[in-house]
Amino acid sequence: MFQVRIHGRGGQGVVTGAEMLSIAAFLEGRFAQAFPSFGSERTGAPVVAFCRIADKEIRLREPVVEPDALIIQDPTLLHQIDVFSGLSESGYVVLNTNRSFEELGLGAITQKYRRERLITVSATELAIKHVGRAVPNVPLLGAFAAVSGLISIDSVAAAIREKFSGKVAEGNVAAATEAYNTAKAAMELAHA
Amino acid sequence: MLKQIEGSHAVAEAVALCRPEVICAYPISPQTHIVEGLGEMVKSGEIKQCEFLNVESEFAAMSVAIGSSAAGARTYTATASQGLLFMVEAVYNASGLGLPIVMTVANRAIGAPINIWNDHSDSMSQRDCGWIQIFAETNQEAADLHIQAFKLAEELSLPVMVCMDGFILTHAYERVDIPTQAQVDAFLPPYSPRQVLDPANPVSIGAMVGPEAFSEVRYLAHAKQMQALELIPKISREFQEIFGRESGGLVRPYMLDDAETVVVALGSVLGTIKDTIDEMRADGISIGVLGINSFRPFPISAVRRALSHAKRIVVLEKSLAVGIGGIVATDVRLALDGLDQRIYTVVAGLGGRNITRGSLHRVFRMAMHDQLEPLHFLDLDWGVVNRELDRERTTRRSGPIAENILRDVGTASRQSV
Repeated sequence: MFQVRIHGRGGQGVVTGAEMLSIAAFLEGRFAQAFPSFGSERTGAPVVAFCRIADKEIRLREPVVEPDALIIQDPTLLHQIDVFSGLSESGYVVLNTNRSFEELGLGAITQKYRRERLITVSATELAIKHVGRAVPNVPLLGAFAAVSGLISIDSVAAAIREKFSGKVAEGNVAAATEAYNTAKAAMELAHA
Repeated sequence: MLKQIEGSHAVAEAVALCRPEVICAYPISPQTHIVEGLGEMVKSGEIKQCEFLNVESEFAAMSVAIGSSAAGARTYTATASQGLLFMVEAVYNASGLGLPIVMTVANRAIGAPINIWNDHSDSMSQRDCGWIQIFAETNQEAADLHIQAFKLAEELSLPVMVCMDGFILTHAYERVDIPTQAQVDAFLPPYSPRQVLDPANPVSIGAMVGPEAFSEVRYLAHAKQMQALELIPKISREFQEIFGRESGGLVRPYMLDDAETVVVALGSVLGTIKDTIDEMRADGISIGVLGINSFRPFPISAVRRALSHAKRIVVLEKSLAVGIGGIVATDVRLALDGLDQRIYTVVAGLGGRNITRGSLHRVFRMAMHDQLEPLHFLDLDWGVVNRELDRERTTRRSGPIAENILRDVGTASRQSV
């Protein structure tokens, strides 16, 4: 079972991001479970959502405390809560920022985890460019697909089209695709 | 058709397939998405010949449901928590009159202190109201149980509450097989009421009954619930024949055959318990779990049969009967009357506290070694409790308990008065 924890703030599409990730996994024939960390959600307040992906029925209902991947929608959370709590040593990190881990003072993180599994993406900028709104959840899923290889970008696009329609859907697909391609290119560069 | 879908929407789709004729709705978290979904389907014409009523309160919701059901319409509503409490007078009338209304309770705690999260306090408060109460373990089962509930309600002429864990199920996206209209039509015949307000054949419903006959009318309500003990497994079997999967029934055993320690629970926590049991079984521990699907009627014989070989029973429940302890545990004790077994009550998950495998491992192992007290509160913070008790011992005007404790745990900042 693969467990993802998404951190963000109310209004950034954290819950919808987890739901779309579960739809993408479902479309690939896998079992998936997405759920929010329930609370009185308010715009701007820290929000957490979870997604589990497995090859058999998922019965577990506890929150994800030992994630295999983190998607961090808002880098300002890094100073507020311990987002890395419980992350497995072989875990993936997808962070929404236009700076590097080192520039954000996360040098220790790059030492602790496998460097090729940590990736940054300018998700907010991509969302504004393609969708016209600062909702970074979808481009982050594109980058997650690239770095983890767990789901295909086609499934992410199909999940987006299930949740949204028309121009909003196509804008989000474009944002996810650009994030995916940028992440792939960065990974190849690091590998070269 | 398999769908990756939110629990609430799966239930809305299942209810829609049952061809409801009246849906009355008043929003309260965490059931709101269900009636919202149904409202959209009525408006779009996806549900035909159905009246969707926005009412002004939960009391009105159940009152409208009583009226429409008495007029012969297949009637549905949903509620939770304080909403259920607000409709209680009408809830008792619906069952007392024998009207086959189906209602979802998206289980949530009851205040005070105000709390919007999940536990079973709301439906448990209506334990004795005369409605049938069935619990869903997964969203698939929640969807399936609604289809079964209409059949059960209408065959018996009794209302049915389908209980599903608020947020944990209602807000979870998971895989649900949504049946076809043809399957549901083959399973659920059109509603044929036992009693109906029909101008062509007038009757009154709701007579005042004095001491000369009140006991007999009430006994018949009990007798109907006893009939449900036969009917619930029968409907579950019929469901399996048409839909090809197991859903509902009275109880659901898991790893029970040789189990020395048996956990008893209801609802979605059964999933986490089963995963914990698999891990403990891998360590060679003899443990299993019995899920209770039908809480009212309480399946005394089935529970006794399933638990009679166990050395000890751990009843884990998301409810608290203040002043005595367990609600489910009390019923389990009655079912095991005369048998020589240790029975532990574990109160867990109140007000949305997470029930984790780690905590379950700990408490089940304590039970296994008979080191558990008869009434245990899972993951209770004794430091916080004792601090407040100490405050009350030493200070007359110790202040409001909830506010004191929030300050102690650091959720609220200390304010100078």
